[in-house]
Amino acid sequence: MNERIKKLRQQSIDAVPTMSHERAHLLTEFYKSGEPQKHSVPVARALAFKYILERKELCVNDGELFVGEKGPAPKATPTYPELCVHSEQDLEILHNREKVWFKSDEETRQIMLKEVAPFWKGKSIREKILDEVDQRWRDAYNAGIFTEFMEQRAPGHTVGDDKIFRKGMLDFKKEIQDAINSLDFYNDPEAFTKREQLQAMEIAANALIVYAQRYSKKLLELAAKEKNIERKNELETMAGICSRVPANAPKTFWEALQYYWFVHLGVTTELNTWDSFNPGRLDQHLYPFFKRDIESGLLTEEQAHELLQSFWIKFNNQPAPPKVGVTAQESNTYTDFCLINIGGLTEKGEDASNEMSYMLLDTIEEMRLLQPSSMVQVSKKNPDRLLRRALNIIKTGYGQPSIFNTDAIIQELTRQGKSIIDARCGGASGCVEAGAFGKEAYILTGYFNIPKILEITLNNGFDPFTQKQIGLKTGDPNSFTSFDELYDAFEKQFNHFIDIKIKGSIIIERIYAQYMPSPFLSILIDDCIKKGKDYNAGGARYNSSYIQGVGLGTITDSLSSIKFNVFDKKNFTMKQMLEILEKNFENKKEEQEKLLFFTPKYGNDDDYADDLTCRVFETYFKAVDGKPNTRGGHFRINLLPTTCHVYFGSVLGATPDGRFANEPVSEGISPVQGADVHGPTSVIKSASKIDHLRTGGTLLNQKFTPNFLETDEGIEKVLQLIRTYFKLDGHHIQFNVVNAETLREAQKHPEKYRDLIVRVAGYSDYFVDLGEYLQNEIIKRTEHTG
Amino acid sequence: MMQNTGYIFDIKKYSVNDGPGIRTTVFFKGCPLNCWWCHNPESQRGEPEKVDQCTFRWNLSNDYSKRNSIGSQVLVEEVMKEVEKDLPFYEESNGGVTFSGGEPMLQVDFLHSLLLECKKKDIQTAIDTTGFTSINDFEKIYDITDIFLYDLKLIDDKLHYKYCGVSNKMIHENLKMLSSQGEKIILRLPIIPTITDTEQNIFETMSFISALKNIQEIDLLPYHQSAKSKYERMQKENKVAELIPPTKEYMNELRNKFLQLDIPVKIGG
Repeated sequence: MNERIKKLRQQSIDAVPTMSHERAHLLTEFYKSGEPQKHSVPVARALAFKYILERKELCVNDGELFVGEKGPAPKATPTYPELCVHSEQDLEILHNREKVWFKSDEETRQIMLKEVAPFWKGKSIREKILDEVDQRWRDAYNAGIFTEFMEQRAPGHTVGDDKIFRKGMLDFKKEIQDAINSLDFYNDPEAFTKREQLQAMEIAANALIVYAQRYSKKLLELAAKEKNIERKNELETMAGICSRVPANAPKTFWEALQYYWFVHLGVTTELNTWDSFNPGRLDQHLYPFFKRDIESGLLTEEQAHELLQSFWIKFNNQPAPPKVGVTAQESNTYTDFCLINIGGLTEKGEDASNEMSYMLLDTIEEMRLLQPSSMVQVSKKNPDRLLRRALNIIKTGYGQPSIFNTDAIIQELTRQGKSIIDARCGGASGCVEAGAFGKEAYILTGYFNIPKILEITLNNGFDPFTQKQIGLKTGDPNSFTSFDELYDAFEKQFNHFIDIKIKGSIIIERIYAQYMPSPFLSILIDDCIKKGKDYNAGGARYNSSYIQGVGLGTITDSLSSIKFNVFDKKNFTMKQMLEILEKNFENKKEEQEKLLFFTPKYGNDDDYADDLTCRVFETYFKAVDGKPNTRGGHFRINLLPTTCHVYFGSVLGATPDGRFANEPVSEGISPVQGADVHGPTSVIKSASKIDHLRTGGTLLNQKFTPNFLETDEGIEKVLQLIRTYFKLDGHHIQFNVVNAETLREAQKHPEKYRDLIVRVAGYSDYFVDLGEYLQNEIIKRTEHTG
Repeated sequence: MMQNTGYIFDIKKYSVNDGPGIRTTVFFKGCPLNCWWCHNPESQRGEPEKVDQCTFRWNLSNDYSKRNSIGSQVLVEEVMKEVEKDLPFYEESNGGVTFSGGEPMLQVDFLHSLLLECKKKDIQTAIDTTGFTSINDFEKIYDITDIFLYDLKLIDDKLHYKYCGVSNKMIHENLKMLSSQGEKIILRLPIIPTITDTEQNIFETMSFISALKNIQEIDLLPYHQSAKSKYERMQKENKVAELIPPTKEYMNELRNKFLQLDIPVKIGG
């Protein structure tokens, strides 16, 4: 890392996340002007986008090689009052909370509270949503049965493909014009609507060009004043780049990166799209530029490296938009889930890894920044070298990159009806979501609290948390004479709440389609231009809506516990079980111990428990998969939690698996913490019993200590573990290399860390089985390496 | 003779130090030796035994009534069911199953049945043995075993008797015999400071090995204190509690020394 990059990186790390009122102010000014009311909704939205890009402050950080920030400065984070309005209390919480804060100064508070909030109050999408959904939806939402993604952030969840590296905004404008010219006003009743939409796209394309040209001018001004000749040349080069892209297709490596960056800012300025935006298969996109520039002598490898590092820093300057309401209190990450894909297959289905794949991995290792996120796609056709390189980064304990199974992703996508080519050019985004990059709107609608459904079932439809009857009356559990009877009741409640969620999502989809089109994003995703339809209204080639299941481990272990302890072994009656849970195990230590340690659990390759995992999976799949959404696509399932398992646990009483009330539920498809005692191969076997290929993504977390991965042999054994999981159609695995703090926790609470493997002198063992002395030694060692 | 039941005390998956690849290790209960540094003291007695307090992994059955006991009688089918679960991992890594202990040869008929089942199912097998058993027993299973992880502790018989409780004559004879038969032997040398790790024993061990044929690999197993808490829980006397584990640097030196034998040497299994 050279001095320039060191400095820029440090600046990015040190930059204080602040609320920026700039975007909210410009948007409000525009909507107050009376201009939007003269136009259709999409055209008004496009004009607002243009209004902002024509006026927003330009920022050129000292020494940087790419220009453009979402706010006026690094980590100055805009808000989106047309979606949700920050109240005084929200600003307070965001300013003062201990983690993931956003500072706001007096000026910002004044503008946000005196000018922005009063104007948007009653007009925001969040308020519309909460007005339009049913009471049943609100009850379930308040009980923590599910969350709703679109109440504060716009649908996005999408990724760019190679088109921006082949076409400039001028090319897109031409395509838009062609689409307008071919509209058939005589036979197509939608022709006018389509024209409005297409005109909005054209305005948005122009807006981005204008924004870049403003930068070009600014850079020339700075160059004229610059004393340092080297920097002066650089500024002039950058000015040239900004005058050529994004208007035209990029011709060089540097142009390609700056072009993407303008597009990224465009998407995330238009709306606060989920998962920000993402260049997707970056190694594939960049390699041709890299190769050409190196061959022509325009670029050295060292320069390419510096550009990539500098590019990385731009992502880190953009924290995820600050939330409002309860989520402002709980949301605890700055990460905006821009997941760079490396490796995978080519369009023809061949190994796609190239020199650029390894350069990107080098960049990840050197930069060690929170953002962007990164992952490696591994197909059976990719060489071990790629996986080994990734593992050598993972072992440093930085949590990146995560590892995905390309072959599974392709099968998941084709099962949903995508063409094999579109599937091969896709990958995963956000956390783990499979998508056809550049061609799909795959909207995550919210998390679904599966263990909570059992709690409602065990209370005959009553929710102890909100003290309301919110579910069906499926019968007093004491009257159930078999496990199947209980399961039937559980399944009925499950379907009931899924239906409530789906109806809500359909309403919300229409709200976005009608009130909140995104013309700029629509340019980037096929076939919005061709169809003359917005991204949010079904313009994409593929349109999926996901419901993300949470707590697969907790629900399996809870059902397994009832089956085992109540019906099969008759250790307790149902009445006793319910009492134990109601008392939250108070004075019931022995009973809790039986539930925790002497009951079959998910994650141990034990069919007694795992059959129930599969049963829940089928219930969930049947309830959701294939139901139509309003965008011409279907609802699908995936299994990932982000951090929602903590919230879902907080609204849930004690569970039959021995879990205390309010503790987190299990995350992704990982076992309940400490429930897996037979090591990683058993976890992998259990996790691969569900059919990953019928999901749009699953998340499996595995813990290792750094010392296990210290040797090449350790790396090799983990590599084999991953290859086997992928052979079994596993979708994704990520390795959490634990730190000393976690090990100290494990020493205090061994029951929760029964799966943790460490390397002792020359061999490996379970951490909890080691004596205190040795544990302390390993903790000390980890402190050094970590 | 074949036997359908035997005593084991653990089945450990993702075992990565008991032979090549990813393995499942089946720990047999019962051992004729009584080594001072034994890191599986729960393996020594032949029958299941009670302890005051189990570790979090000692009892892996869901039977609450057995919560304070170590070891149980199991059927060949039960062991095989667990072993076969990880087949995809063995295939990916060229791994398999390791029968360890305790001393698996002590239950040779049970072991024989297990080995035959593995052979039938194309699962690679390794036996981790002290070598302290009659040569007839080895002959029974030699052809259906892929790898022997053979311990070599002390060459001086008096010392061996003192620290391991038995003479090493039969152990050494069996090793010479087995190694003459084919390329199946990985030697395992516990490096216990002041006991096996003495200048004399290292020298004698090296000359002993140099006279053997067909040794595939030498594994140097440095002493570690992981069993300390097991001794405490079982209320057994730990005679090596005060020993200091050898350093990484020292182990590398030792490795270099053994490399003179022109056999691959590994630290750890």
